[in-house]
Amino acid sequence: MPLTFVISGPLRELAGNRGEVQVEGRAEKLSDALTLLWGAYPAFRDRVVTERNELRPHLNIFVDGESIRWSGWFDTAVRDGAEIVILPALSGG
Amino acid sequence: MPETKHVDPQSGDVLILVGTMKGAFIFRSDDQRQQWEMGGPYFPGSAVYALAYDGRAGRNRLWAGPQSMHWGPLLRASDDFGREWTNPESSPVKFPESAGAAVANIWQIVPGRDAEADTLYCGVEPAALFVSRDAGETWSLSEGLWNHPQRERWVPGGGGLCLHTILLDPEQPNRIRVAVSTAGMYVTEDGGTTWRPSNQGVRADFLPEKYPEFGQCVHKVVQSRRKPERMFLQNHWGLYRSDDRGESWTDIANGVPSDFGFPIGIHPKDPDCAWIVPLEADVFRCTPEGKLRVYRTRDAGASWQPMTDGLPQEDAYETVLRDAMSVDPHAGVYFGTRSGKVFASIDEGESWTSLADGLPPVVAVKTAVVS
Repeated sequence: MPLTFVISGPLRELAGNRGEVQVEGRAEKLSDALTLLWGAYPAFRDRVVTERNELRPHLNIFVDGESIRWSGWFDTAVRDGAEIVILPALSGG
Repeated sequence: MPETKHVDPQSGDVLILVGTMKGAFIFRSDDQRQQWEMGGPYFPGSAVYALAYDGRAGRNRLWAGPQSMHWGPLLRASDDFGREWTNPESSPVKFPESAGAAVANIWQIVPGRDAEADTLYCGVEPAALFVSRDAGETWSLSEGLWNHPQRERWVPGGGGLCLHTILLDPEQPNRIRVAVSTAGMYVTEDGGTTWRPSNQGVRADFLPEKYPEFGQCVHKVVQSRRKPERMFLQNHWGLYRSDDRGESWTDIANGVPSDFGFPIGIHPKDPDCAWIVPLEADVFRCTPEGKLRVYRTRDAGASWQPMTDGLPQEDAYETVLRDAMSVDPHAGVYFGTRSGKVFASIDEGESWTSLADGLPPVVAVKTAVVS
């Protein structure tokens, strides 16, 4: 089953105003899933991670509802058909 | 999101580009500068520390470096005065993997000299210089500055470790001076291959050694186009003039209420004339006595006079940041405050007009005449 990425902010604009995109491929960890995402939507990468391949500090990613902060960051396990949500944090205004 | 208003500048019009913590604005007037109209907000919600106009080689291009708290900084350009902006797939200004760093904010965009119409320079946080030789399509890190052995001892100031000033010598095409908070100034004389610190005579009150080779917190530096030997510098405590292209600096805090401040502007034709906005102290970064006063020198810093006509002189505890003042080619002077006010003077500071009162905190003011 494809992975589903739920997206917001400028990512929607870069995906033709869609709120979610699906990506085919095998991913064991979130880092694998993100590599698939960057392959399908190259413009997402610099918006989500820095040049040091670190998640931008005011973004959150949830894998099947669980924040990756508590499940191993980019090493978080990803199941077949997982839902991955990329959301801005509370900060900003 | 707010509806963005647009302006339609014509050749000869004067622009004031205003960057704020929540977006950018464009003020436009004809060359008489009596009536202004405002466009914006552009990039609502993003901090915009860097703005520039590039009118070389037939262009009418605006540059901006909006920094989204969530989605990061992105260098963007517009060829129609802000109606449409580029939205590049990959961030044009970013560190190579080998640098082990990530751009946190874009602080400065400077078009190259007229003779190098496709060259642009960009200063970022963490402090680094990027150069484009193809009109902004691609950028490369100035490795000579990034790999300078003193860089590991540079430390962030209150605004972060930023490269905030880029001065291209008007007469010596390979000479560039940059300023970093907190590292001081560095100069290249070979177009950017090698760099050396250049802070002789500039004080560092916050260090045990008051006159170190580097490590000063230089807030802003300007250079005369008419007489490039002449430079002025507003320091974190200290007001200076150089008569030798910045090789040495002389204290000129004569008759100012404080030698602490951020911005400094220089007259486009008169190398003896400059403007500053003194602040009370680093522990109270507001205008002294609750009076918003621009100080002007006409004698290269031998004396300074307060310019107050049209500026609030009661309960005005304002802050003007390092890049929030600019001088146009007609010697019009413009500045913005952290409280969102923008003021303009078309008589070299004698009197001031309010252009805006209620913008988000102003962090950048740049001006240009449309080609």
